[in-house]
Amino acid sequence: MSLRNLLDKVFGTASVKNGVSHWLLQRLSAVALVPLTLWFLQWIFRIGSFDYHNVRSEITVGFNYVWLVLLLMTLAYHSALGVQVVIEDYLHAKAVKKLSLFICSFVHIIVAVAGICAVMNIVLTSELL
Amino acid sequence: MAEFRLPVNSRINKNGKVHVAPVGSKNVRSFRIYRFDPNSGETPRIDTYNIDMDACGPMVLDALIKIKNEIDPSLSFRRSCREGICGSCAMNIDGTNTLACTKACADVKAEVRIYPLPHMAVIKDLVPDLTQFYAQYASVKPWLQSSTTPPPDRERLQSPEDQAKIDGPSACILCACCSTSCPSYWWNGDRYLGPAALLAAYRWIVDSRDEAIVERLNDLKDPFKLYRCHTIMNCTEACPKDLNPAKAIAEIKKMMVESQH
Ligand code: SF4
Ligand code: SF4
Ligand code: FES
Repeated sequence: MSLRNLLDKVFGTASVKNGVSHWLLQRLSAVALVPLTLWFLQWIFRIGSFDYHNVRSEITVGFNYVWLVLLLMTLAYHSALGVQVVIEDYLHAKAVKKLSLFICSFVHIIVAVAGICAVMNIVLTSELL
Repeated sequence: MAEFRLPVNSRINKNGKVHVAPVGSKNVRSFRIYRFDPNSGETPRIDTYNIDMDACGPMVLDALIKIKNEIDPSLSFRRSCREGICGSCAMNIDGTNTLACTKACADVKAEVRIYPLPHMAVIKDLVPDLTQFYAQYASVKPWLQSSTTPPPDRERLQSPEDQAKIDGPSACILCACCSTSCPSYWWNGDRYLGPAALLAAYRWIVDSRDEAIVERLNDLKDPFKLYRCHTIMNCTEACPKDLNPAKAIAEIKKMMVESQH
């Protein structure tokens, strides 16, 4: 291959997508995870008994459920961004890569939504009781 | 998909030749050198050369030149300055990318294993194909760009502090030790520019006389050219000129955020 062809190749493969926001969001979500994780750890240690009813009521106490929902969202988002990078790094066949990226987003959204629904379900049903 | 089996030409055959040292040699060392000739139809092999170090210079390049001159003229490698300034003798010695002319044989324990720079197509023996590496360097437009005309009576001046910013990165000799030690460059070398080209980009971005900073940063914003760097630091570890491409890349990422948000 001539240098000219290669130059075209190097210039031409420029993706239209922007790497800046991905990089920034990955860092911001990581920073947000620090207090969220610390809160989660102290909460887990404070709970004492992991008895079903006890955990349920600990979730509804104060703003614990708000913290939990924030943690779930941030964690899922941060993980999705990370797994996306791994897929882009290692999978080169276009179709396989596209499909994997789709599955990655899909699974993370399902996990986050399921988690949030579960927490909200506990909060709402306990208020009814 | 991911490939788990090495391609044919990455598998070493067992036909390596052994060259014994002359009788009476007292200070013999073994050099195990990667040999590949695409025209032979054979897969690569490892040849062993036993050399009398009392009749050889101290550096790995001295040994290679001795082998080529006295034992086996078919051995191919690049070299020019033999003092660490041209960047042509970069290869993988004892498991790390470095310059053969500045690497002392005494710094290697036991046998001296010599391979071409990793993950590049091999033209012959220790000579890798660097065409794409140079194209990537050219793609960052490594020259001064400005829309203003220079003052008619003097050069474009720069303060000593501004000059200090480019002193380091200007010392890059484009040997490719860094880029070819970078896992991200191995996996995505076609789209990721690699530490050497990015260090050059940085050198022009921070040059106080250059006026194309916006365009330069813009050119790097897609997810691959710059952002495949995951701060693995192999590049900085490998650089025989003690430069720090990883830090330069981190600086570019910071400037990127400032310019885009
Ligand atoms: S710091 Fe970046 S450029 Fe250097 S080896 Fe790591 S990934 Fe490659
Ligand atoms: S930064 Fe160092 S290792 Fe990389 S090309 Fe320049 S001199 Fe060689
Ligand atoms: S021969 Fe020039 S750098 Fe080694």
